[in-house]
Amino acid sequence: MTTETTNRMDLMFRKLKSEGRAALIPFLTVGDPDLNTTLDIIRELEAAGADILELGVPYSDPLADGPVIQRASSRALRGKVHLRTCMETALKARQAGSSLPFILFTYYNPVMQMGLDTFFAELDKHEISGLIIPDLPVEESEDMRRRSSAAGINLIPLVAPTSSERIAKIVSGASGFVYCVSSLGVTGERSSFHTGIDAFLESVREATDLPIAVGFGISTGEQVARFARICDGVVVGSAIVRKVEDVIPLLEQPATRAEGLLQIREFVAQLRP
Amino acid sequence: MIQVPDQHGRFGSFGGRFVPETLMNALIGLEEAYRTFSADPAFQEEIDYLLKQYSGRETPLYYAERLSKHLGEAKVYLKREDLNHTGAHKINNAIGQGILAKKMGKTKVIAETGAGQHGVATATVAALLGMECKVFMGEEDTRRQALNVFRMKLLGAEVIPVTSGSRTLKDAGNEALRYWVSNVDDTFYILGSAVGPHPYPMMVRNFQRIIGDETRRQILEAEGRLPDLLVAAVGGGSNAIGMFYPFMEDESVGMIGVEAAGKGVDTPFHAATMSKGTHGVFQGSMSYLLQDEYGQVTEAHSISAGLDYPGVGPEHSYLKDIERAKYVPITDAEALDALKLLCVTEGIIPALESAHAIAQVVKIAPALSKDDIIVICLSGRGDKDVESIMAYTQGEGNQ
Repeated sequence: MTTETTNRMDLMFRKLKSEGRAALIPFLTVGDPDLNTTLDIIRELEAAGADILELGVPYSDPLADGPVIQRASSRALRGKVHLRTCMETALKARQAGSSLPFILFTYYNPVMQMGLDTFFAELDKHEISGLIIPDLPVEESEDMRRRSSAAGINLIPLVAPTSSERIAKIVSGASGFVYCVSSLGVTGERSSFHTGIDAFLESVREATDLPIAVGFGISTGEQVARFARICDGVVVGSAIVRKVEDVIPLLEQPATRAEGLLQIREFVAQLRP
Repeated sequence: MIQVPDQHGRFGSFGGRFVPETLMNALIGLEEAYRTFSADPAFQEEIDYLLKQYSGRETPLYYAERLSKHLGEAKVYLKREDLNHTGAHKINNAIGQGILAKKMGKTKVIAETGAGQHGVATATVAALLGMECKVFMGEEDTRRQALNVFRMKLLGAEVIPVTSGSRTLKDAGNEALRYWVSNVDDTFYILGSAVGPHPYPMMVRNFQRIIGDETRRQILEAEGRLPDLLVAAVGGGSNAIGMFYPFMEDESVGMIGVEAAGKGVDTPFHAATMSKGTHGVFQGSMSYLLQDEYGQVTEAHSISAGLDYPGVGPEHSYLKDIERAKYVPITDAEALDALKLLCVTEGIIPALESAHAIAQVVKIAPALSKDDIIVICLSGRGDKDVESIMAYTQGEGNQ
């Protein structure tokens, strides 16, 4: 992270460091249940104390995701939400006053079909600070890394408990933060994490000067607090997506919509470390 | 020709490893184990022993005289993979990967299956080697291939119906990969086709090349020369690549991969990945893919559950682009007609998958001369399909 950075995510981590706290990073599937609601939910998450936001691009074959995010993807796809609409949603959220750094979480194929030239040109126009591409391991990501770096966008690498000697290669030349996968498996709430989780996080910490965040399976305030003590950021995905799913009936009725949004806000607020 | 894949698992621009980081070390470990063991003669001997004594190889290369005469002057041979134990070529690969799993000290195996042939082959090998077996199968396929579900259960496997997506082969593959991510420490994934992340496409090809190796030897014995044309059905493409690979350097040997056109390539109901697909990343590798303009994978359709798949093996994409092999579509109706023709001319009920290859030969053979020799890979037997065929011919639906 250079001193003259203008990347919102880098600035956020710098601020959090000076305040001595970890980032709360919620994940949302964009367009679940519809795009206007996503904009409203973004506002609620910000009010609830989110520091950075992951915007999940719905995909037909989400290999790294468990059932909760799979269902959210299907709902969003029924509304014809795609990579470009997700970027547009980020820009609209910004225009509506959000100051959150946005990370786009997308599988590689939609990016490839858009074409990398167009993709990067659009990212810049749409206020995106970072990218997570869960099916693009370091061996396949050279071009993506070069372009991200030229565009001033952080390509956030994932490291897993099984990465072991790969960690050094993965974090070298990375930017933004390093995303540590808490457990073997796909996304989804869980009550226990990989047995060597603390040693794993420590080994990532030793390998990089970048902030480290942990995600996959973190669903309660207690779990967030546990990891906030040793990491710079904690990602909560499926638990929030499930909350959204639970309140869809409320969101769909004008009379109860505010109540539905409030429930999401309260859920996220109690996660705050 | 250049040797493919390269060290990154690339066949030209296709292949590679597009998977979550959690799987990367497992795939690298698998590749290393495969390379180490395949250099060990004892490993190959163990596989050869089972292929011979257990599966009944070598399979015959049968001159289909009545079919040939019905079609014209060309000589048509059938490579009888349907005569393998469990009724299809899938056992070749399941034995290979099963032995590899055992050598690697794994006690649990998983597999994905569409028509159920690979699931049955894996369940069979798991029983033979004393391993625990889970088979992922789309819920839709468990319905249309109920007999194979029961067969797998008899063999001691657990069949897990997959309810995500289109509930067919592609979703079974997704779910098997997801399960593997969670259980990568003690589980070996026996992938059934020449698809997926490196090293699977290479490994499956090498375990299936016995089809082409035997064919080469047998045709030289029977005819004293190589065939002019090889024809095989392509879903993911394991029987086709196994047949084609040993002939790759023989320029005089033409190759045709036959994919499923379902109700027609100009309808939305087909699985013609090569004819209608574009480059994309799916289930761990770059290849041709049926997808929409946004990069969402579209659902395939075929009367044959084994060809009902929106992707294709990366080596086939490569062979298409370098024009070493040609890929053509055959509709459900054409495949059924060919199936019936083989039944009445030769007394062989082919699998619906293999019937696609026969249908292509039915189309082109009449224009060929008496000097032309065609080999069709008869990848499996049709007993499993009899119910579907009955339903289709009675107009009760086409599933």
